[in-house]
Amino acid sequence: MSFQYVSSMRLPLRRPRAATASSTAEALPGTHHWGRVLGGAAAAAVLGWLAVKAAGNGKQFVTVTLNGLTLAALYFVVASGFTLIFGLMRVVNMAHGSLYLLGGYLAFEMQESWFQKEGGGLDLSLSAGGSSGTEYDLIGWLVPLVLASLLIGVLGVAIQQLFLRWNQGQDLRQALITIAISVILADQMLAHFGGIAKDIKTPASWPETVTLPGDITYGFFRLVIVTGSALVIGLLLWLMIKRTRFGLIVRAGVDDRQMVSAIGINIPLVFAGAFFIGAMLAGFGGVLGGTMIALEPGEDTSFLLASLIVVIIGGMGSLGGAAIGALALGLVDAYADVYLVFGDTNLTNYSILVTFALLVGVLAVRPLGLFGRPA
Amino acid sequence: MNAATRTRLGIPSLIALVVVGLVLLLAPLIFSEYFVSVILTKAIWLGIAAASLIFLSSYGGMVSLAQVGLYGIAGFTMANLVAADGGVAAAWTPWLAVIGGVLAATLIGLVFGAIASRSEGIYFLMITLAFGVMVYYFWGQVTQLSGFGGVNNVDLPALVGDPGKDPAPLFYVSLGAALLVLVGIRYLARTPFGLALQGIRDEPARMRALGYNVTLHRAIAFAVGALIAGIAGILSVWYNRRISPGSIGLQQTIDVLVIAVIGGLYRLEGAWIGALTFALIDNYSREWTPEIGNVLGPERFNTLIGVIFLVIVLVSPGGLVGIWEQGKERFRGALGGGRTRAGPAAPEAPPVQEPLEPGAVKQ
Repeated sequence: MSFQYVSSMRLPLRRPRAATASSTAEALPGTHHWGRVLGGAAAAAVLGWLAVKAAGNGKQFVTVTLNGLTLAALYFVVASGFTLIFGLMRVVNMAHGSLYLLGGYLAFEMQESWFQKEGGGLDLSLSAGGSSGTEYDLIGWLVPLVLASLLIGVLGVAIQQLFLRWNQGQDLRQALITIAISVILADQMLAHFGGIAKDIKTPASWPETVTLPGDITYGFFRLVIVTGSALVIGLLLWLMIKRTRFGLIVRAGVDDRQMVSAIGINIPLVFAGAFFIGAMLAGFGGVLGGTMIALEPGEDTSFLLASLIVVIIGGMGSLGGAAIGALALGLVDAYADVYLVFGDTNLTNYSILVTFALLVGVLAVRPLGLFGRPA
Repeated sequence: MNAATRTRLGIPSLIALVVVGLVLLLAPLIFSEYFVSVILTKAIWLGIAAASLIFLSSYGGMVSLAQVGLYGIAGFTMANLVAADGGVAAAWTPWLAVIGGVLAATLIGLVFGAIASRSEGIYFLMITLAFGVMVYYFWGQVTQLSGFGGVNNVDLPALVGDPGKDPAPLFYVSLGAALLVLVGIRYLARTPFGLALQGIRDEPARMRALGYNVTLHRAIAFAVGALIAGIAGILSVWYNRRISPGSIGLQQTIDVLVIAVIGGLYRLEGAWIGALTFALIDNYSREWTPEIGNVLGPERFNTLIGVIFLVIVLVSPGGLVGIWEQGKERFRGALGGGRTRAGPAAPEAPPVQEPLEPGAVKQ
């Protein structure tokens, strides 16, 4: 008995292009053509439908679009960490959703216990979603954000060092390990934070809403903070990957890990660093999401699914792919939640099928995702 | 893949097989009703669900996390087609609804398979997980089909009777289904299709070069896996008399994965060994789990199962069956005289099959 079985599950590292590229190109000669035609037709129909809806109620359309964009921003923050870890290490971190939720809970806990102002103690606000009750200043939001992100980063490195490091290359086994960790984390979070939705409060000094041209009001936090964070993180990651030595190694590692370690680069250190950043982004996303939406059991699943879909659409390991995938998923989610109404038939609760169609459409044309490359 | 080992059953194994068979046949007489229902019957249908996963991983090299989603499709479709509280309640005869449910799971499995089978390894795992979770969200959202608290009081066929009063009929039905699944998979593995599938598992590039349609084989295998999962879904609805979106969520997906891993991802019988272990832990762990603050205790079953899962993945990827076989090897080694069998360790060294007749399943 050995661990050999894993190697049969592994992506064919040594003969990548032969195996994976050919499977896409040659398997079904007609699919590409038909896939494109069908995809084009579907896209045209969707755009036409959106145009009709937009013409009908422009204000609503802008709001829904902003919902989609801000959701996409959050998805991007979370999924960029997921794709970074995968791109370099071929580790599918199934505990990514758990790290997201834990990050949010940690920040919530810190905010509650450290920054609760005097006199607010008696004000037990029953509505978890209400922003009334205690007020927090800017520090009371920023410090939990930074600390929780760092803690989750450290936790990620600990997981990687303890459980994943010595299984390098056995990606099925690593996925199973992270699934086990996610089971434990989810149960422990349920034990310590309960099943009731919680949310992190925004600083009192921030406005509730912003008014856009055209007299459209929209949530300040969603529009400015979440979208801004996503843009800054995207830019920083891009700069890091394109301009720093660390990024150089990461890029080289994505292309050919064995070669990179062969030329004497301390790959274990780089891996630990990448895992730190990837996990930290999950924690950061958790704080954003905990402020923007809510923290409750099940959010870990939902953000793991979001990360999976984003990177499957965009292509594993690609930052640009994560951005495109997040945009696609966020917009599709937002539009499908509102616009699946045809006359009297309301199909909005079938919106998950639209997400499924998006995934299927992309995979039919590009089995490795839009920007995916063979391992 | 175990063809070689199967044909060379030793005397001890044969005796063990007979004993297990007798115990199972007489189970309703030997054990309490509670044990037959809560442990054995549950272990059998959970085992079928895990067997669908193990079938795909051991013969097709595909680890799928969509199996619970697929069994949910079968279960929900069936529950909607018969008389029940919630859902459509179309009031078909139960057996017709069973066919409808399994067919739905198989067809959707074929679609899932057609999409996912162009990916390999870990990509496949991710895509199928996404499918599985989407199925869960679908049933959660579409309350017209899933009722607000699930579909309850599902109409059962006369053959099953009322499991609440007498668990024996459902137990025998489940046992029969499990046997059918086991024998069916073994048979399928020896057909030209099964042999080609195993070839694809080991060397997709070479099989492609030989002219096999790799994607099609994988997709069809996935549909077969969906069919098996569908059977488990039907049994689970009969067992619970209800189905709700919560019962086919990520938690259940992970439970089935845990069962498959406990049993060893590459051994079909392991599915039921894993399921039995799981059902026993599920049921009795609350009595002996030490309480450590809020961290571990009777309420923290998932932590316990997560830790067990983690330990098994870390220590023995072959699961309990793997541990058993390691022990057996050591024992024989210690005795000195035991010849080491090539079989058990075997996913990496599948026994040499008879050469394929050219043109058998070629596309």
